Amino acid sequence: MRKFRQQFLAGPYLVWIIGFILLPLAMIIYYAFTGSDGSFTLANLAAIAEDSSRSAMGLSLELGLVCTLICLLLSYPLAMILNNMNIKNQSLVVFIFMLPMWMNFMLRILAWKLLLSKNGVFNTILTGLGLGRINIINTPAAVVLGMVYDFLPFMLLPIYNSLTRVRKDWIEAARDLGAGSLTIFFKIILPLTMSGIISGIVMVFVPSLTSFAISQVLGGGKVLLIGNVIEQDFMQGMQWHVGSGLSFVLMIFVIASMALVNQFDKEGEGTTLW
Amino acid sequence: MKKKLLSILIASALLAALTACGGSSNKTGETITVLNYGKYFDPKAIKTFEKETGITVKYEEFESPEEMYTKYKAGSIGYDLICSSEYMVQRLMNEGEVLKMDYTGLENYKNLDSSILELCTSFDKNHTYALPYFYGTLGLLYDTTKVDADAVSSWNCLWDPAYKDEVIMMNSMRDTFTPALVSLGYSLNETDEAKLREALDILKKQRADDIAYAYYVDETADAMIGEEAAIALCYSGEAALAMEENDNLFYSIPEEGSNLWVDCWFVPKTCTNQDAVMKFLDFVCRDDISEINFEYVLYSSPNNYVVEHMDEEYREDPSICPPAERVEKCVIFTALSDEDAAVYSKLWQELFAD
Repeated sequence: MRKFRQQFLAGPYLVWIIGFILLPLAMIIYYAFTGSDGSFTLANLAAIAEDSSRSAMGLSLELGLVCTLICLLLSYPLAMILNNMNIKNQSLVVFIFMLPMWMNFMLRILAWKLLLSKNGVFNTILTGLGLGRINIINTPAAVVLGMVYDFLPFMLLPIYNSLTRVRKDWIEAARDLGAGSLTIFFKIILPLTMSGIISGIVMVFVPSLTSFAISQVLGGGKVLLIGNVIEQDFMQGMQWHVGSGLSFVLMIFVIASMALVNQFDKEGEGTTLW
Repeated sequence: MKKKLLSILIASALLAALTACGGSSNKTGETITVLNYGKYFDPKAIKTFEKETGITVKYEEFESPEEMYTKYKAGSIGYDLICSSEYMVQRLMNEGEVLKMDYTGLENYKNLDSSILELCTSFDKNHTYALPYFYGTLGLLYDTTKVDADAVSSWNCLWDPAYKDEVIMMNSMRDTFTPALVSLGYSLNETDEAKLREALDILKKQRADDIAYAYYVDETADAMIGEEAAIALCYSGEAALAMEENDNLFYSIPEEGSNLWVDCWFVPKTCTNQDAVMKFLDFVCRDDISEINFEYVLYSSPNNYVVEHMDEEYREDPSICPPAERVEKCVIFTALSDEDAAVYSKLWQELFAD
């Protein structure tokens, strides 16, 4: 009886999973492997090898990697500083970093557009001060900026989480045994926080690889990522089959990076926050 | 006993409700479901129609033709009458979703501008499927402080390095290909890949020379109001919107010709009451109602009376009242076949692959 009731309670979620995750996935796979006449084909997957898709995929990977690297370089020192603060301030600072996430991310990107645009806030202030202009709107640089801004907390929090798990007495013990700061960092802190780093990398890399809205808004339609190519296939070209094929290829990339995580992050501790 | 009482109660309540319904005004009990763009029909006019004919109008709105398509195809609501862009009407016509209209009852059909009806024959040969509601053009919205009117009378200004980083193109493939094709002397409905490639080369060069500041769709008006660029390729409706906010902006339809779009009424297969629908369409074409809707929407109206009686200010605005000699050179998009659409898509993505 009790078992039945438990299953019954899972019912709504089951419907959700089937209706909104499995069914759409099945449809994408169906479209990906069929032509417009309904026959089996691999041509849609091969579309990734076309010049335009390949360069969009290349740009996506490039921007994704750059964004992930910047996030990592910003987050790790920050997480260490946070970790060394006294407990009271720590939660306040973490709170401040979480705060922007309470706002819709698209709104924040639109705000960046206003800040960066030709006659935007930054340029008005800069020219007012006689400091020249920044013309990065509608370039890949603006897209990377937007991605870093949006995804930074996803890097910071797992790293911070794993850092809080490194006990102070282990470091003291290492110091007692004569280890220098560098040795402590490379032999103790870094290996112990590896799981946090890896899950941070995935949580930043995957959304930045697949994003299309940020590149659309801050790239002014000039920066075409693989997500934009897929969006255009669906919305403008009515090429549902090719779009699904490219989505499928993209999914392979995502699954590959997820698999990478499972290798390093067996306990799943880095992601417990989510 | 209790049950009996309950059923009597319910029955009398239902009866009361029924008579209450029939009692008000001259309702015939007929209902039509109309689907139209958002803010594209004056609600006052719908009230007038209901009062005059006793037909109830269930009015629904959508944002984009693609959304309309999905809404219609979902099939949960049986629409009687839909208004959408001509390319979407063509698509539904090709899919056999559109019913023939019977014009015999349409007294006010004669009010419509024959030149616009003539243009519509490009997709609706015998005027049997689509009835024009509003139309407009693709053109150049420009900042009069940065560009003079002579320059924007030709599409060639879009390739002029003098406007480096000052030109906004559209993030939709056929619209952005239009100026390139037309300035090469080709039709904007060209499907020959070699000719499309020539057009692509022009667009690529425009991009390589950094003339294109951005490829926008909905943001064009905002960007031009904010004076971020000197020239923008955009639709007359969007241009009119921007011109209202910023007095420095003006609209031009280049002399080489351009695209003309027509939003048309059509009767879908799901229609259950053609008579009532034709009454509604006749009402829409009536001079006074056309005028009410024109003042509400401010797009180019195909109704002769509206054009003759509009304010001077509107008449001189090419985004609302395009000059006849330019309209003559305009062409309506014909629907692309799947293969041609694939070619366009491929070239469009090549434009951005660098």
